[in-house]
Amino acid sequence: MHPLLRMTMQRLALGLLTLFAISLFIFLAIELLPGDLTEEILGQSATPETVAAFRRELGLDQPAHLRYLDWLGGALMGDFGTSLANGREIGELLAARFGNTLFLAAYAAAISVPLALSLGLLAALYRGSWFDRFVNVATLSSISFPEYFVAYILLLFLSVKWGLFPSIADFGSGADLGTMLYRTFLPALTLVLVVTAHMMRMTRAAIINLLAQPYIEMARLKGASPARVILRHALPNALSPIINVVALNLAYLITGVVIVEVVFVFPGLGQLMVDSVAKRDIPVVQAACLIFAGIYILLNLAADLLAIATNPRLMHRK
Amino acid sequence: MTLTDIKTAPPTAWFGIVVIALYILVALFAPLIAPFGETEIVGMEFEPWGGAYPLGTDNLGRDVVSRLIWGTRNSLGIALATTALAFGAGATLGLLAAVTGGWVDQILSRLVDMLIAIPALLFALLLLSIYGTGIVNLVIVIAVIEATRVFRLARAVAMDVVVMDYVEAARLRGEGRGWLMRREILPNAAAPLIAEFGLRFCFVFLAISALSFLGLGIQPPTADLGSMVRDNAALITFGDITPLLPAAAIALLTVSINFVVDWVLHRASGLKD
Repeated sequence: MHPLLRMTMQRLALGLLTLFAISLFIFLAIELLPGDLTEEILGQSATPETVAAFRRELGLDQPAHLRYLDWLGGALMGDFGTSLANGREIGELLAARFGNTLFLAAYAAAISVPLALSLGLLAALYRGSWFDRFVNVATLSSISFPEYFVAYILLLFLSVKWGLFPSIADFGSGADLGTMLYRTFLPALTLVLVVTAHMMRMTRAAIINLLAQPYIEMARLKGASPARVILRHALPNALSPIINVVALNLAYLITGVVIVEVVFVFPGLGQLMVDSVAKRDIPVVQAACLIFAGIYILLNLAADLLAIATNPRLMHRK
Repeated sequence: MTLTDIKTAPPTAWFGIVVIALYILVALFAPLIAPFGETEIVGMEFEPWGGAYPLGTDNLGRDVVSRLIWGTRNSLGIALATTALAFGAGATLGLLAAVTGGWVDQILSRLVDMLIAIPALLFALLLLSIYGTGIVNLVIVIAVIEATRVFRLARAVAMDVVVMDYVEAARLRGEGRGWLMRREILPNAAAPLIAEFGLRFCFVFLAISALSFLGLGIQPPTADLGSMVRDNAALITFGDITPLLPAAAIALLTVSINFVVDWVLHRASGLKD
């Protein structure tokens, strides 16, 4: 078997195992609740009849392992049960919002990845210059800013003061791509600002790390231009750490989206999750968690494989 | 770190040190500085800046300046307690795993691997939806999440120390596990752990204020920087920057801590530009 293919299978199996462990955790976290979910939700004053009916409805009268298998089996088929708050099918509830969240994350990624990589390269190339220092301070600051701070500043200027973009990123179902891109520009820009800083710093660090290597010294001594040294000699070897950072930040986008969605009232998975936590609609939170965790693992898996594919040395590890 | 080290610090680190000191002073002396009480309603809702209320009043008619001061005190205190709890648990278990090895190490490490695979914010949301929101739950949930990260670092650092001859000598002397962890390993693993404390504090501070901003963290009427942003968010659509102030207070502190940690790490790694 081709080594890359074998590696893919191994990683895929490992990813599935992790996802399985997480699903077990998501499910079992409820079991650790002192007492019972029913008491927590219905309160102390509920009559025994209501409690019994509620328990039957949730299937709480069955043993935990049967409920887990039932839940997992359903989740694999896209059936997450019904919401406690409004009795709707969770699968239906999630489907539309999941698409919106993916759209927003992809929008932000499409801008931030190229931007971060080129800024990182430039900062490494002009290391120690005023440009590098400025970028360093600016990115360190924006990493430490809470997302909602960035979001409200953008909202204040771009939407309230200058009226360029709408402050509520809600688009109807029939909107075309241009309208969608326009209406979601502010949340996307917030995410771009937040993740670009991190990716850029790591890109710069990865390249600068390599610049201390003897073969870079060699390339310099034989008279290669600084741009050539970085692009042809340093970059290929820096690819695998950079890919890892990009994947890590894309995974971060998926969760960072929660706060941005709340600020801009965007109808995505994150907002649904926050609403459900406030209402203690646990089945919805579990389902959303499982989906987020799945994407997170998938992204890490993709990063691992890409890093191996771009660095043949990792394939023949002794 | 000596006084001369601090004198040679770059301006960013200086800025950070001064700001952190100011925050600590405000947090400690909040009852003396704040013109009004934490939950005292002093006027109408959303009064403009100026007069008796330099930054106006909030959505319930409480003085914004006082709320900012009390909020700084509460947010800092809760974040500090959480970080301390996370370090206590994470570092103890990390050292224990390194000293004991074997199945204890295996079980703890695999458990932490699994918990780290879940993104922190999601993990917090899941646990808060199950156990309910409130300060105690919030502190425990965030501390558990951060403890997994501290465990990783503590175990990795301690693993390097465990193989040293003096640890072996102490073992042969018949010292107990507690002694090995406290007297032999901890002093030699302290430096990276202390630098990590600053960074972890930032994460905790940001996580708690993010959850409070979402309405799932510190509950009213307790003043807290994150929930202050949420309470006054409506003002932003009228071009009023009051809701940005608590957010800016959070950002300023985390930026300052990052500046200082950046400088300390830079110095410790011996890198000179």
